[in-house]
Amino acid sequence: MLSVEGLRSRYGRIEVLHGVDLEVGSGEIVTVVGANGAGKTTLLRCISGVQPASGGAIIFRGEALKAIPAHRRVGLGLAQSPEGRLIFTSLTVEENLRLGAYLYADERVERDMEDAFAMFPILREKRNLPAGGLSGGQQQMLAIGRALMARPACLLLDEPSMGLAPILVAQIFDVVRNLKSLGVTVLLVEQNAYAALRIADRGYVMETGRIGLCGPAEELIADPRIREAYLGI
Amino acid sequence: MPELLQYLLSGVTVGAVYALVALGFTLIYNASDVVNFAQGEFVMLGGMITFFAWQAGVPLPLAALLAILAAAAIGVLLNKLAIEPARGAPVASLIIITIGASIFLRGGAQLVFDKQLHRFPSFSGDDPLRVFGATILPQSLWVIAGAVAIFLALWLFFARTLTGKAVLATANNRIAASLVGINPNHMMTLSFAVSAAIGALAGVLVTPITLTSYDLGVAMALKGFAAAMLGGMGVPAGALVGGLLLGLIEALTAGYVSSVYKDAVAFVLILAILFIRPQGLFGRGTMDRV
Repeated sequence: MLSVEGLRSRYGRIEVLHGVDLEVGSGEIVTVVGANGAGKTTLLRCISGVQPASGGAIIFRGEALKAIPAHRRVGLGLAQSPEGRLIFTSLTVEENLRLGAYLYADERVERDMEDAFAMFPILREKRNLPAGGLSGGQQQMLAIGRALMARPACLLLDEPSMGLAPILVAQIFDVVRNLKSLGVTVLLVEQNAYAALRIADRGYVMETGRIGLCGPAEELIADPRIREAYLGI
Repeated sequence: MPELLQYLLSGVTVGAVYALVALGFTLIYNASDVVNFAQGEFVMLGGMITFFAWQAGVPLPLAALLAILAAAAIGVLLNKLAIEPARGAPVASLIIITIGASIFLRGGAQLVFDKQLHRFPSFSGDDPLRVFGATILPQSLWVIAGAVAIFLALWLFFARTLTGKAVLATANNRIAASLVGINPNHMMTLSFAVSAAIGALAGVLVTPITLTSYDLGVAMALKGFAAAMLGGMGVPAGALVGGLLLGLIEALTAGYVSSVYKDAVAFVLILAILFIRPQGLFGRGTMDRV
């Protein structure tokens, strides 16, 4: 569904991705784990188009994304829940969700919003409140809900566990796991390697702008190098 | 006390013009957090283009429409040629660009048109209407109706339409807006076009009363900005109330104190109000959690 080949990207003169290769198959949950600063977020930003790539290719459902601006990639079926959530703080919870389906104006929008409220009931309670007043966990739920409103074939999830209490992390990872049964492909970037690998089919380990290891998630969890470096076991 | 009523009526008329300018500020501010100081120039262009088209033989309603469309086109050009290339610059730099654009537009108008004062006929004649001993010009009613209509349209746009929400979303977070499929450049272009059209409409409506000339924009931008700040930048209701309030304060000061002090009293009052409520009368306090 999504393949990244030799992807390079830079901030000014500093290159942060030095040729990343990655493959996400239809219906999979794939996770990219790695330390802070390894380039995981940059990788997702390149895929969604808000960060320019300086080399390599990103192919989504057979189409090269290079010349397609970020706002047109959403319509292709690629939605991102970004790092730092980036919800629209001055708008209400419901308006945030509605804007997630900005490209659509049919009756399915209403149904999708009901699904999002069913997934995260707290959002229904706060639907008419400004999103800026939500707690960090609620904002994360809203960011995921908003991305799902775009009817993605592939959801890009950036650090959904960042800064959240363990109980909320568990709740959010449950939701991500359930997305699989809804037919949504997920590319999950996480510092919390253990939690991410437990729900993923396959994993990539990223180290300073390169892919170090990759393989089925259960093998990575069992790999002594990973256990030592990332899982702290 | 017919004089009080007279002051109130003229205050509301002037206030409605300020409100229209302030509503133009609101739209661009909501799309980009930029205060467009070229807003006053659109008021000038509305009046000037209408006058010269009318003088060239174009019927007045058509000339007015032409002026509004031309101003909208200039607004789009301003965004495409001056604001969009500077994308990513801090908001303060963009505001300075709009000040430069206003100087450019003023200079351009001086060259293309002239430096004279101009007026075209009122839409419904110049016979004042008597209201309980005071008088009001029919044209004043046009100005007030224009301000109310634009306020209602903008309010509906932001409160009820998805495009309106998309404009707000773009200002709130440009990257997040493009992640949901909004083209931020389209939103900016749209808001500049509509904003310029609103400014030009104000110019068309008010020229029969106040006359127009190439340098009208500075005062308009300043008063409109003051009105928008007073009401709360970014809130349509604030722009309307702020504009009317500013007009009333000026008219009452001019009537009971001295017209020399009308600007001074108005600005001192605005400073006092902003001292107590920095976000303006209707402004939303910003609330961000990180």
